[in-house]
Amino acid sequence: MQSQATYNYKVVRQFAIMTVVWGIVGMLVGVIAAAQLVWPELNVHEFLHFGRLRPLHTNAVIFAFGGCALFATSYYVVQRTCHATLFAPKLAAFTFWGWQLVIVLAAITLPLGYTTSKEYAELEWPIDILIAVVWVSYAVVFFGTIVKRKISHIYVANWFFGAFILTVALLHIVNSAAIPVSLFSMKSYSAYAGVQDAMIQWWYGHNAVGFFLTAGFLGMMYYFVPKQADRPVYSYRLSVVHFWALIFTYMWAGPHHLHYTALPDWTQSVGMVFSLILLAPSWGGMINGVLTLSGAWHKLRTDPILKFLITSLSFYGMSTFEGPMMSIKTVNALSHYTDWTVGHVHSGALGWVAMISIGAVYFLLPRLYGRSEMYSVKLINAHFWIATIGIVLYIASMWISGVMQGLMWRATNPDGTLTYSFVESVKASYPFWTIRFIGGALFLGGMFIMFYNMVKTIAGQKAYDAPVLAPAAAHA
Amino acid sequence: MDINDFRSLITVLGFLCFLGICAWAYSKHAKAGFDEAARLPLSDDDLPAQGGRQDQEGKANG
Repeated sequence: MQSQATYNYKVVRQFAIMTVVWGIVGMLVGVIAAAQLVWPELNVHEFLHFGRLRPLHTNAVIFAFGGCALFATSYYVVQRTCHATLFAPKLAAFTFWGWQLVIVLAAITLPLGYTTSKEYAELEWPIDILIAVVWVSYAVVFFGTIVKRKISHIYVANWFFGAFILTVALLHIVNSAAIPVSLFSMKSYSAYAGVQDAMIQWWYGHNAVGFFLTAGFLGMMYYFVPKQADRPVYSYRLSVVHFWALIFTYMWAGPHHLHYTALPDWTQSVGMVFSLILLAPSWGGMINGVLTLSGAWHKLRTDPILKFLITSLSFYGMSTFEGPMMSIKTVNALSHYTDWTVGHVHSGALGWVAMISIGAVYFLLPRLYGRSEMYSVKLINAHFWIATIGIVLYIASMWISGVMQGLMWRATNPDGTLTYSFVESVKASYPFWTIRFIGGALFLGGMFIMFYNMVKTIAGQKAYDAPVLAPAAAHA
Repeated sequence: MDINDFRSLITVLGFLCFLGICAWAYSKHAKAGFDEAARLPLSDDDLPAQGGRQDQEGKANG
């Protein structure tokens, strides 16, 4: 009877397909916003103004694209490594439809101008309540599956996914606490005031990076890199230690977003010190992932999925080195509010988050449709190179314009007056914003190739649900 | 006890807890279990049965 049971691949398929769809939507909005900076005439209507599209872009790529990738992979990994089907399949289906509803509501309300103005938490209170309900359901499905597992050990990827789910629930509920103006109004005011509100916002904001965009994707890394390389994790011990090191330190790093503000100076320093400490656990994960390939480096030559996964780790290592450096107050004095920050975010978002998600989805799609590989491996390779060139153009241009802006803003004449007006720095930034637009457009182009490859892979195939097999006897 | 003493205490206990985790993770006792755990995703064949090309790949690596 047990051999009859199949894994719940349906919800994984739904989320995997929507990862690609929302990736295209979110990145398209990003490319439009980038174009609006180069050609301001493109701000054609208040609904499509840069100020409204920018939060739509960030929400779409983080929560729609990244979120769907995390749902898909965590549901797949938790089932395969626990040898158990998803707990509460109807609730799992609800998380899919509920999450899509959240995304659609975001796509409607943000252009209309409904916003809390909290970065990465712009959605207004009714949507926040829906997010909380969906997220708690997600936790019930995920941890319920862990509880019914057939294998006593909980594989490390599930620890990362679990930490991500728990922490995001905590962050979202605390930071979104607000008092609506009335029951029939979208408008609300934060439950917190002044600098406390700012601190809670960036405690949320940085841990959204730390747990949504890092821990969750490290969970992905710990399953898909070993699977695709056909090698066990380089050091399981290191994975345990760097997991707990991340958990213990990430929570404290938020104040580095508020250097030289009204936040007490000592709080800024604590944030800076913990951000510097974070380099160690971050690189622990990066080293562990990359060295999983030791002895199998030749696979990188022929396997474009592995190229995506390993390149994502290189970008992860790069941006987690850059991040602590930028959190140093004196460096931050130069980098803050400039394009350097935008470049840093995108080296993490495109290089790390998007590339590992793309690799994982290429891994999943054939398995979800009963195939041994994607329709075209060559197109995966083309996608990889177009995406990589896009990222390099994007982050290099942002580094240059960011440092230039920082230097221009702080330059003073001998008599103490500012050397440059703000608009002069804007004018000097145009060439770099054009290069950024090209880089972003290339990355988006890669997503269209992926979409085509996905459609061709699925076309004519029947959805496939793998049988639940009893855990293999331990043979090493 | 002042609330801030309690906060300091939690920080120190958190740090000690982390050192304990490190000692446990690098103990000989945990090694065998970890080696087996690391193979967990690999011992689970998740490819659909008809995968022809993948089989050759598997042989080449085996």
